[in-house]
This record gives sequence, structure tokens and C-alpha cells, in this order.
Amino acid sequence: MTTETRADRTDEAIDAARGLEFYSQMVHIRAFEDVVNDLYKRAAMPGLAHLYSGQEAVAVGVCQALHRDDYITSTHRGHGHCLAKGADPKLMFAELLGKEIGYCGGRGGSMHIADQETGNLGANAIVGGSTGIATGAALSAKSLGNHRVAVCFFGEGALGQGLLYEVMNLAALWTLPVIYVCENNLYNEYTHFRETTAGEILARPAAFGIRAERVDGQDVRAVYAAASALVARAREGGGPAFLECDTYRYHGHHVGDIDRAYYRSKDEEHEWMTTRDPIGRFGEWLCEQGFAAPVTLDDIRSQAATAIEAAAQFALDAPYPVAGDVWRHVYA
Amino acid sequence: MCGGMSMPETPQRELTFAEAVREALAEEMRRDPRVVILGEDVAEAGTPFKVLSGLVEEFGRARVIDTPISEAGFTGVAVGAAMTGMRPVADIMFGDFLTLTMDQIVNQAAKIHYMSGGKLKVPMVLRTTMGAARRSAAQHSQSLHVWLSHVPGLKVVLPSTPYDAKGLLKTAIRDDNPVVFIEDKMMFRMKGPVPSDDYTIPFGVADVKRVGTDVTIVATSSMVQTALGAARMLEDAGISAEVIDPRTISPLDRGTIIASVKKTSRAVVVDEGHLQYGVTAEIASMIADEAFYHLDAPVKRLGAMDVPVPFSPPLEDATVPTEEALVDVVRGLFKKT
Repeated sequence: MTTETRADRTDEAIDAARGLEFYSQMVHIRAFEDVVNDLYKRAAMPGLAHLYSGQEAVAVGVCQALHRDDYITSTHRGHGHCLAKGADPKLMFAELLGKEIGYCGGRGGSMHIADQETGNLGANAIVGGSTGIATGAALSAKSLGNHRVAVCFFGEGALGQGLLYEVMNLAALWTLPVIYVCENNLYNEYTHFRETTAGEILARPAAFGIRAERVDGQDVRAVYAAASALVARAREGGGPAFLECDTYRYHGHHVGDIDRAYYRSKDEEHEWMTTRDPIGRFGEWLCEQGFAAPVTLDDIRSQAATAIEAAAQFALDAPYPVAGDVWRHVYA
Repeated sequence: MCGGMSMPETPQRELTFAEAVREALAEEMRRDPRVVILGEDVAEAGTPFKVLSGLVEEFGRARVIDTPISEAGFTGVAVGAAMTGMRPVADIMFGDFLTLTMDQIVNQAAKIHYMSGGKLKVPMVLRTTMGAARRSAAQHSQSLHVWLSHVPGLKVVLPSTPYDAKGLLKTAIRDDNPVVFIEDKMMFRMKGPVPSDDYTIPFGVADVKRVGTDVTIVATSSMVQTALGAARMLEDAGISAEVIDPRTISPLDRGTIIASVKKTSRAVVVDEGHLQYGVTAEIASMIADEAFYHLDAPVKRLGAMDVPVPFSPPLEDATVPTEEALVDVVRGLFKKT
């Protein structure tokens, strides 16, 4: 059941157009998070946000393997999942700023963005809290026979939550089309996962008879290849899978987590950012393949930055909800 | 005793409370293929209380789904299924096990519609039980309904008769919100008239179970029968008690309760949850706030004693409000007048 994804699986079906789309999505996510961090530092954003920078290849590689009406559930560190599934940055920024036109009318904020138009059943501020929801969406897909697949994104911190094991057991028993995507960015908030996680991660889903794979989460081609195979298998009735993606978050646990030398070193951060950056590595591959020239990639990054800044400005200019509407949406 | 809704004129068919629940589920499952039941021992076993007996034979194991002993897990699955096109009824065998589902109910189901700005809905029912006096001790006897009533986004239903159980459960299944439907285990064998036709009972509409003029007794779930028994004893003492059953404590029909208290000028609230911070406190506070100048006596409350439910029969029986205790409290309201 437990296998490592081999590098030679990774080149399938990524042509120039697809490759540039992957690249553009990752660049947009990075630009989005840079602007979020800036808004926080300028005190222009209420509350906090948990940035996805560094993990872009996971969201993009997995969501590119999905259809628009497939489901995802996301986490507190969820901006990348939302964007990769097709959310509009304008409406995301508006939600982050608590504006009425935001995805959730400002009721949810950064940690609760949901977008049913793109199958996004919502980010979740309870670690592991959405594992039941994703599994339930997979039960719906199977019961209704609509051939959809559900992807449950969670960080390695959720490996400590019992709910995950309850629902993996159910998914295996009922052969549900759900993929548990564990983004292992090494840190449960401020604690290295080795201090919190006994044994081998993949042995846990494997114990339920769930197909379990591990992939380099900084390599979008590898993530895409692994996710594509597991999603196709689930869609055909092959049952659930677990995909551990080794990755790294460039910022702290949240935007305010600046002084973090007590739990991880600057050298470690530098190493990941310079030698394993998912955008840099994929850009190099695109150029090697002759799919893009460096100047093309420069243009994509520059256009993304401009578009994301415009999206943020749209949200900054948008009105807040009126206080009298606070009662709306308590009940359907 | 089942006033409030029009009853058919044909001779009254009687069902037990358990049969009424089962009939509501069966009718809704025939009406809507999206309705499924999830829970421990719900299929062939039909639950330990046999409430669901026969459903799996009619609807099959794809719709009456036995789960592992994973209350949080299958409740979470029900939440996700509800968000994506199903109308699940999750069966939590004992209300005490609600504790295991709390994140899924309180942080997820109750808030998803609001947090999503009204885009997502969670049309699910969580059926569970309450009530002591079965010699089941502290972890199988609690009445925890007030916990759920504290959470905006949930609806909480406490049926007290077979008639109400059928009509309210059908409403719960058709509601687009998460509904917690709590049945007192001691009532499963209680018989009462239940029409065989399709009827629903709206939420937030209290039922006047007995009309009276001297005192209002607001009672929930099995305490409705306790209140009706007390009312008969009070009648012999020359006190006419009106018994109001809110039927749903969230939403709560404030108008019917306040109108009754304004008429009778005295009120006692009785509920099987613990007294401290309980349903009775909420309703008594509302009465004090909205009918204070109509009251001739303080509003009184009866609930389960604030102790874990004990096993030993004489101890357990001491914890639950009785007809006699209720009569004493009501009579106390008249001593100084």
C-alpha cells in the first residue's frame, strides 16, 4: 500500500500551455500572500492570516488534478487552496478585509473562505475539523453517483486529531472517493512535527488499507502526477488515498510570528527558499523544456503582482457590511 | 392533549412514541431519496431501543448505514454530506455521547451557514436521547439539550408525545438547518394518537397541553407528562394549571408562554436538564422580564438535581422532578395570596 512517488512519473501531460498555467497559479498565490502580509504590516487588515507562501506546488498540483465541481476542504492556511480551485482574488481580499462583497459577506474572514461555485466547502479554523466534511462530501458523491471526488487538505498538525482516524476508517470501509492531502510543512504551529508524531506517517493510513503515498511537495509536477493518479483511481471507485506532501511554509505560523528562531533557524528557512522553491524550480524546468523563456516568466510574475495589487485595492475600496445585518444567515 | 394542530376526524390510531418516530423517518425516506440514516447499530439492530426496526429492510444498507463507534466521525460525515446534497439523520444512541460530537455540531454544523455568508447549508438532523430513571448511571442518563440551545445556528426539538414526535421530526428533516432532535428514552413506549397521514408541526410554536387559569406550568419533553399529572392533582386542590409545552427550545415560542403567564399570574418551569444555568433559567428570566407586572408570585423552577446521575435507584429517583414535587412548588405559590 505504501509507495514513494517516483520522479519518472512526473512529466506526464504537462505541455507548454499547462505548464504556464501551473506557473501562473503558483505566482498568483505567492503574490496574493505577499500583499496579505503587507496589508497586515500596514494595519490595513483586521486580525491575522496564515500565509501559504512556499507551499504553492501542493495546492496547484492537487487542484489541477480536479474538476471544477470536485470538492475541496481547506484549512486555516487556506488561501492557496482557494485560489488554486479557482477563487477570484478580489472577492478573497474582500473577505479577508471583512467587506460585504467578500466570499462570505465578511462573516468568515481568512480562516473560513468558502466558494461553492468552485467546490470549495470552506477553510476551517479547527485543525482537522474539515476531515469529516470532506469524507461526507465523498459519501454524497458516491450516494448520488455524480462521480465527484473530495480532497481534504490538512497540515501535519492534524495528525494529532482523532477525527482524522475515525473518518479514514469510514472512508476505507465504504470505499469513498476522498483524497487526504497531508501538507507536511514540518511545524505544528511552533513545534517540530517529530516532537508530536510517533512512528511513520504513512503507516497510519496504510493501517486502514488506504493507499498512501509521499511526494516532494516542492515539485509541482510530482504533486500533480501523484494527485492525478489518486484522483482518477478514486473517481473510478478505487477508494480513498492519502498523499503526504513534504513542504515548507516561508513565513511564521501566522503573519505576526516574526521571531521564530526558538523553533527553527534562519539557515533552514534560507535553505528551503533557495534550493527547493517550488516556483523557481518549476520555472527552471519550463525553460529547460523550451516551454518558456526567462523573460516570459518575468512577465507572468509582474502581471500577477499588478493584478493582485489591483484586487487588493478593489477590496480596500469596498464597503463594510452594515451592523444591522449581523443577524443575517444565522439560519437558512 | 395534542392540541394546537387540527386532528383528522377518523377514529384515532394509536402508536407508541418509538413507532411515531419510525413512521416519520420512513415517510420522509420514501418522499425524499436524499434522506439517509447514519449511526451505530441502526440497520438490522434497529438501535438498542428498536426505534428503527424494519427501516433497513425497506430502504437497504445504503440508506440505513451502520457506522463504527465513532460519534465524531459519522457526525462529521453527516455534516459534509448535508453540505453536498444529502439530508442525513445521524443517530447518537445516548445523549451523553453528544460530548463526542461537539466540534462537529458546535464549530462546524451550527456555523457553516453563517460563516459562508449564507452560501452553504447543513440540512441535517441529529437524533439523540435524554432522560434519567433507567438505572443507567451517570454516562447514559444525562439531559444535555441546553448545551445545544446555547449555540446560535442550531435548532433544538424536544417532542413530548407520539403525535408531536412524528410531526416535529418530519419538519426537522425538511428544515435546511442543523436540527438536534432529542427523545426521552422513558417515552419510547408511551402510546398516543398519531394520524397516518402526512403532517408537520412548525418549529417555534408551543402547544397548550392543558388549559388552566391559576398557574402556568411550562414543561418540556417527559416533564410534560409530569406536569399533566401534577395538574390533575392540583385540580383536586382547587388550582387550575395551564400546561405549556414549547416543543422546540430553540426557537422558543415566547409569545405563547408570556400570554399564558399574563393570564394566570403565576409560573413554574420544569425541565429534566440540570437546574444550574438550565432551560428553566432562560424561560424564567424571560417571564420575569416580559411579564413581571402580571406576576403574583416569584417564578419557580424545577430541574434535575445538580449532581451526576447516580446509579442506585433511590438516589437516581431523588434527582428527577416528580409530580409531587411540582405540586408542592405550585401550592407554595398560593400560600401568601
